[in-house]
Amino acid sequence: MTDSAGRARVRRGRIRRWADDGTNDKNSQQEFKWLKRGTSMTRKQWLLSGFVAFTCLASTAAVSGPIENYSPVTAQRLENPEPGNWMLYRRTYDGHGYSPLDQINASNVKNLTPVWTFATGVVEGHEAPPIVNNGVMFVATPMGQVIALNAKTGDEYWRYKRQLPDDLFQLHPTSRGVGLWEDKLYLATTDDHVVALDAKTGKVVWDTKVQDYKKGQYMTLMPLIVEGKVIVGGSGGEFGVRGYVAAYDAKDGKELWRTYTIPGEGEPGHDTWQGDDWKNGGGSAWMTGNYDKETKTIYWGVGNAAPWPGETHPGDNLYTSSVLALDPNTGKIKTYHQYHQNDSWDWDEVEAPMLIDLQRDGRNIKSLVHPGRDAIFWVLERTPTKINYVAGWPFVSTDVWKGIEPESGKPIVDPAHKPVIGKRVEFCPSLWGGKDWPSAAYSQKTGLVYVPANENFCGGFTGEKVALKPGELWLGTKPEDIGLKTKPGADHFGELQAWDPATGKKVWQHNFPKSQLFGSVTATAGDLVFVGGTNDRNFRAFHAKTGELLWEQKTNSGIMGMPVSYEIDGTQYIAIQSGWGVDAQRIQDALATNNIGIEANVPQGGVIWVFALKK
Amino acid sequence: MLVFSEGDKEGKLITAADVPAGGPPVHAWPKDPNTSVVRSASRLNEILIIKLDPAELDEKTRARAVDGIIAYSAICSHAGCPVTAWVKSDAGDKEVFKCMCHNSEFDPREGAQVVFGPAPRRLAALPLALVDGSLSVAGNFIGKVGGAQPG
Ligand code: FES
Repeated sequence: MTDSAGRARVRRGRIRRWADDGTNDKNSQQEFKWLKRGTSMTRKQWLLSGFVAFTCLASTAAVSGPIENYSPVTAQRLENPEPGNWMLYRRTYDGHGYSPLDQINASNVKNLTPVWTFATGVVEGHEAPPIVNNGVMFVATPMGQVIALNAKTGDEYWRYKRQLPDDLFQLHPTSRGVGLWEDKLYLATTDDHVVALDAKTGKVVWDTKVQDYKKGQYMTLMPLIVEGKVIVGGSGGEFGVRGYVAAYDAKDGKELWRTYTIPGEGEPGHDTWQGDDWKNGGGSAWMTGNYDKETKTIYWGVGNAAPWPGETHPGDNLYTSSVLALDPNTGKIKTYHQYHQNDSWDWDEVEAPMLIDLQRDGRNIKSLVHPGRDAIFWVLERTPTKINYVAGWPFVSTDVWKGIEPESGKPIVDPAHKPVIGKRVEFCPSLWGGKDWPSAAYSQKTGLVYVPANENFCGGFTGEKVALKPGELWLGTKPEDIGLKTKPGADHFGELQAWDPATGKKVWQHNFPKSQLFGSVTATAGDLVFVGGTNDRNFRAFHAKTGELLWEQKTNSGIMGMPVSYEIDGTQYIAIQSGWGVDAQRIQDALATNNIGIEANVPQGGVIWVFALKK
Repeated sequence: MLVFSEGDKEGKLITAADVPAGGPPVHAWPKDPNTSVVRSASRLNEILIIKLDPAELDEKTRARAVDGIIAYSAICSHAGCPVTAWVKSDAGDKEVFKCMCHNSEFDPREGAQVVFGPAPRRLAALPLALVDGSLSVAGNFIGKVGGAQPG
């Protein structure tokens, strides 16, 4: 064989071998059109599901297929949801994460027992609450799947599987749920589309591209639905995006408005940035907002500035690490509050604040309550035109803040613990903060806020100037340099805390000696607080008034998602997805490497668990 | 042919001398020698090239190496992130490829098999040849490029 012949062969091989970008794009276009025509199934899957349906008919098992008697979702039903349903991310627009059901309560929760389970067949972080509308449950999983189930029996009606592009990479392979409106549901995807599905069949009704996943733009949140608008926010702060909140017409997917979380030239707040820093300044908005139905104001949390070291983007950097008050009809920013300025710690403040009516210092306050990633428990007052600082205090120990300016509510930073370029800086708490995205809950009955907090974790990194490459991690430090350290002598990490926001007093606390706490909290009128979030895979119920551990159940995997409660035919159920991954896993890796005796094996794989009282 | 995909020499041909012994890896794009097109438009084409002591390599890996130089897909088999780090393993003393998305580690000495983390399989390997002093590709990827997508 001659040299040249050999080379020729190599070249031919190469043509076949490399992903051909042109062809690839055409393929995905075709696939996209196909999806738009109203189905996500391949022909083979059609044949298979036909076969399944046939065998089911022949047996006595429940038949999968379209949902009959589906209850359309209206503005009125979202504003005043029936006690037995869970149709919004935190059940109600005020973001309380509270169920008024009390059949399961502190005195009988010991009899709580699984009634059905369902394996999702998907790995990674299952972070979505099972959404329930009059007996029908919709569960979003990682990899862009949605499963519709009979919430009483656990039988599947249909499943949607998004065909994600081959070259997509997912730093956060997860979804936090589907939003509901009329007879449709809405999924925000990691390849940065919003997809509307027919609630009865799971067929695609419309599919709108929001931004370009190739540039590191993606979504993981559950869309917020307000009066026929599907409202989403983008992820990608770690890729140097410019964050936004955008609204789509629930009917046809037409974009109605888009508000950037970082003001452009000529807009108020633009002068809190220098040069072109604002163009890639981060401010992602990757969690569902809350909504004040009286003043028609959306409260939406905004993430950290990018890249991490504040030195790379001098200024206050509005509206990063803030809450925005938005007009749902226009997206116009009514007002805002910035929790901390010139973020340097990756402290996203994306979890929307809870809307709580408080009696504080002898007056009624329409408050916004936000236990921050920045370790400060924030109490603010919302008025139609302004957000006022009321109080703030550290709910875990921190060396970053020396105090809070009493008038403005601006925290006072200790420069010794603020990351800079060219020098390693350590700070407490860690990058994941006092509390990350997993939600706190508020019980109207006890008047307490329940916070999934982490104590005794510190972090650190060496800042460096790095050029931005679209679609590549842009942290302002080497990813391998990021540390998670436990404080010497720490006797616990996770803390479930109960705070009285009216007085600023901690009423009780439960410590987890060998685990972080990385799961959303839900409270119920049965004086119960439900939470997973630990590396021993347990799902737990605590007494809402005393913090006493009343019940626990070991599950298949670790739990990060949100517990929900619903009612069908007079029976109250508790549901949760167990499926460990993403940041809970990342913290776990760091913990297990540094600490002998910490559970290292938390198996992945999602299962939906549903519980009720033993009859 | 192979060219640098990042750094000062971005776009320049990679010679055997450009690959430092013992790591860290050089990040590369394939370049079509006929058309001179650098195939960088799909990120699935990015490659890691590393030079290690041939005595450290297992048999199969050694057979693919030129002068201890071996190449792998830079796309993590977990969720498809770029494998960017060359650090001491969480699970041993050796330096390994690490994907910073979810901490998967791959040992290039043993066919880039997974030594830590959620990745389900090794990185795809790419046989190399030396042509006129420059590195070039000598065959198809061995294994699948890209992340796993259940469902
Ligand atoms: S994509 Fe590499 S470890 Fe997850």
